[in-house]
Amino acid sequence: MSFPDRIERTMEVAHPPGQVWAALTTAEGLAAWFGHEATIDLRPGGSAQLKWSDGHVADMRVERVEEPSVFGYTWNLEGLPESDPRRTYVEFTLEPLGAGTRLRVVETGFAQLPEDAHRTLYDSHTQGWASELDEMVDYLDAA
Amino acid sequence: MPPDIEAIAEQVFTALADPSRRTILGALASSGPATATDLAARLPITRQAIAKHLALLTEAGLVVAEPGERRRVRYRLQSAPMQLAQQYLAALARDWDSPLDALKAHLNR
Repeated sequence: MSFPDRIERTMEVAHPPGQVWAALTTAEGLAAWFGHEATIDLRPGGSAQLKWSDGHVADMRVERVEEPSVFGYTWNLEGLPESDPRRTYVEFTLEPLGAGTRLRVVETGFAQLPEDAHRTLYDSHTQGWASELDEMVDYLDAA
Repeated sequence: MPPDIEAIAEQVFTALADPSRRTILGALASSGPATATDLAARLPITRQAIAKHLALLTEAGLVVAEPGERRRVRYRLQSAPMQLAQQYLAALARDWDSPLDALKAHLNR
């Protein structure tokens, strides 16, 4: 199966989990390597946002906070409309490895939702547009 | 994962691999539903070729035929398969290697 639903990377860093945790879960840390600006409300359900200098913005929702070993969040699929409800789940796992850390990142959900649900969702959006345009025509005709 | 998700993405990519079909899909996306005759008048593609491509696109579920004025069949873009193909592209475009390199560099500073 070539539709990639899951992306996984593991790397070893020469710094203890506490330090890696700070880089992943604080605004200062995230702004230093991930985005150019960052905000984060570090609790399950909390919001986080990354901004890049090219204007790109990623809105995240914090899902799992188990200091200093598991940090998970969801964000939307890049390239899909802002209103699209589908999100992928990203989970960082930190494991002590000698004096350093084995860091694993797994992102899942690229192939989520059955096609029929998908079709229903988008058809309803399409219908929505069509009927809104019809309503505007009616409104203009009446004026 | 639904078993046909990849098959649908493949149909989208096959449809988009042909320049005439891209032109037809682009016209339906930008100007809305149209009959084969409308499309032939607007695009540098013969009526016969348009009919052939519309049949393939309908088969792939990328356009849907609906009744239009004067009993002509109108073709409407069906966006669901495109959105699905976008998911495929989103997975390929999600670059973790660059940010993880940046994280490593940040920690080593």
